Amino acid sequence: MATTLAPVLSAFWDADRSWALETYEANGGYRGLRRALEMQAPDVVTMVKESGLRGRGGAGFPTGMKWGFLPAPDGGPRYLVVNADESEPGTCKDIPLMMASPQHLIEGVIITSYAIGCHHAFIYVRGEVLHVYRRLLKAVEEARAAGYVGTDILGSGYDLEITVHAGAGAYICGEETALLDSLEGLRGQPRLKPPFPAVAGLYARPTVVNNVESIASVPGIVVGGADWFKSMGTERSTGHGLFSLSGHVTNPGQYEAPLGITLRELLDMAGGMRGGRALKFWTPGGSSTPIFTAEHLDVPLDYESVGAAGSMLGTRALQIFDETTSVVRAVTRWTEFYKHESCGKCTPCREGTFWLAQVLQRIERGQGTPADIDLLLDLCDNILGRAFCALGDGATSPITSAVQYFREEFEAGCHTPADVLFPPERSALFDYKPRKALAGVHA
Amino acid sequence: MSVEAGRTPGQTHRTAYDDETRARLAADSAAIIARYPQERSALLPMLHLVQSEDGYVSPRGIAFCASTLGLSTAEVSAVATFYTQYKRHPNGEYTVGVCTNTLCAVMGGDAIWEHLSDHLGVGHDETTDDGAITLERIECNAACDYAPVVMVNWEFFDNQTPDSAAGLTDALRAGRPVAPTRGADSVTSFKAMSRVLAGFDDGRADEGVGAGGPTVIGTKLAREKGWEAPSFDGDRSSATSEAGTGGATHQPQPGEEQSSADRPATTGGDVSAEAEQKKQASTDAKES
Repeated sequence: MATTLAPVLSAFWDADRSWALETYEANGGYRGLRRALEMQAPDVVTMVKESGLRGRGGAGFPTGMKWGFLPAPDGGPRYLVVNADESEPGTCKDIPLMMASPQHLIEGVIITSYAIGCHHAFIYVRGEVLHVYRRLLKAVEEARAAGYVGTDILGSGYDLEITVHAGAGAYICGEETALLDSLEGLRGQPRLKPPFPAVAGLYARPTVVNNVESIASVPGIVVGGADWFKSMGTERSTGHGLFSLSGHVTNPGQYEAPLGITLRELLDMAGGMRGGRALKFWTPGGSSTPIFTAEHLDVPLDYESVGAAGSMLGTRALQIFDETTSVVRAVTRWTEFYKHESCGKCTPCREGTFWLAQVLQRIERGQGTPADIDLLLDLCDNILGRAFCALGDGATSPITSAVQYFREEFEAGCHTPADVLFPPERSALFDYKPRKALAGVHA
Repeated sequence: MSVEAGRTPGQTHRTAYDDETRARLAADSAAIIARYPQERSALLPMLHLVQSEDGYVSPRGIAFCASTLGLSTAEVSAVATFYTQYKRHPNGEYTVGVCTNTLCAVMGGDAIWEHLSDHLGVGHDETTDDGAITLERIECNAACDYAPVVMVNWEFFDNQTPDSAAGLTDALRAGRPVAPTRGADSVTSFKAMSRVLAGFDDGRADEGVGAGGPTVIGTKLAREKGWEAPSFDGDRSSATSEAGTGGATHQPQPGEEQSSADRPATTGGDVSAEAEQKKQASTDAKES
């Protein structure tokens, strides 16, 4: 049976004033909270565990299990921090979700906070999305006015405050411990783990850090039950997820489907490749996940299958590039991103990403040396697994996978610039005449 | 429009706020600090507040944050210089950011960048002589389905071309109102934007659309095709992928696929991380 779409979070994104509380309630919103408040908090945790919900921010860690890691209450505060710092290249699901229906997230925050015994939750949203921040501030105030936030919520005796916090531009703050440092008013640099945030997180107190989409999925689970959620997806990758198609596809956008759908199915829904051109390479879950090619069109997009095929499901950010695109150009640009965003704490990542960018830039200019590919792979080997967090690991993924599938393009970089092999104007959506040499772009 | 000089020889930064300004900033800071259990958490919003006053993270703003939070100016500077949204020189009225990360660059962002840079006569993190526009190359702003994307004061301008972006900057420099594709009805100034980012709502959340075309494309397609998620009352006939309906008897463990602990242990830290996770998993089992 072909997989179809399954809009849950995206079901009424096209409604008039979709972001308003009254629209959310008219579409069944806040039933989950009422049900949760009638349950014992540990039963809510159990329900989410049984649903099989796994982290939608990239790592795929079981959400309910993460909640279960909190130590027994000791009378002190415990915190929920929502990671709304969506910045992974290609990832564009949480930002539109929060713009179109922020109440999904707010209800999820309230239910989750109740479940884990938190009375002050934080939403850390990246600072570069002004209107999303406005919508979140408003959503909290609407929820407060309706008695969903504040003291004695819906007469349950449960109290919760929600603070929406704007970041200030740093990809690394999407890493959960860097996010916590940033929220504490420090430079956003990852912490050594252990201790994990569950034990010593925000202000060294027990803390759950979850992605926006994970938390937004909680109200549906509470209303529908674990079996409802498990009726979608695969055995070990349960439920619905937003698949974000971008790039050389006819109709890019958000497609919410059960996990396990394939790119071939999604491409069919999205009208196929732009102008009927051939698919060359794509990312299954953002730039930090090893690239795939046309041979992976039928890989089920669930955690296990994508992992078995050599990549990661990540954030389901499907960046799709056709035959006009230089893989060297694409990978060089991603590498410049990691170089720019490396926080500088760990030497292999800080220095390694600079080396990688320099080597790739000369390959892109057609000035590589025969030893450069081995140098790239050696550098990757010296970064992977040698830093506090996964940023450095992510920087190596596009390089090692691109060399694996398109080694000849890197070899061609010893004599021919990438923009000669693949004129960039052929990849763009509009006609133009490039006016600068490649080096100018990187200057 | 006049812009305060940054590090122009012969000119100096203003070194202090007048009493009235200082009192106003102190009141705003108190409101920010009240949002957090520990006051140092107020530093990032307070730096946005400083930018709403001075148009950049000024030396006097750093000194103000330091004295308010009981930090040294070095500690505040260390934070201010870490984040790209904090500007170290007086910013233009509008930050125009062209996404040149891979996806947008390939779809035309590089062309937009080249054209705008020529059109405005400035490079990355440089401001036009009239003080209107600070041009930036920006990283992925989570709108890849609208590529190529330009941001103006962090509002979305989707599906841009070199000409549309140049027209946008012309309008901004002429002082004409400019409306984002997805955002408020008009773009606000850098200082006003910074005040919102400090957490002071400007009451404009209800302006603009809820979503653009790509955001709702799946929503509309599903409705057109009659595809729905399973209903909450137990109808599970639709939207189930092939391997689907079996009950999840397997409980994934920490450190399985997709986990950062998936790679082989290479250091002592790895080993103890694993041990910690095992310990947590067993604690978890006891609780459930």
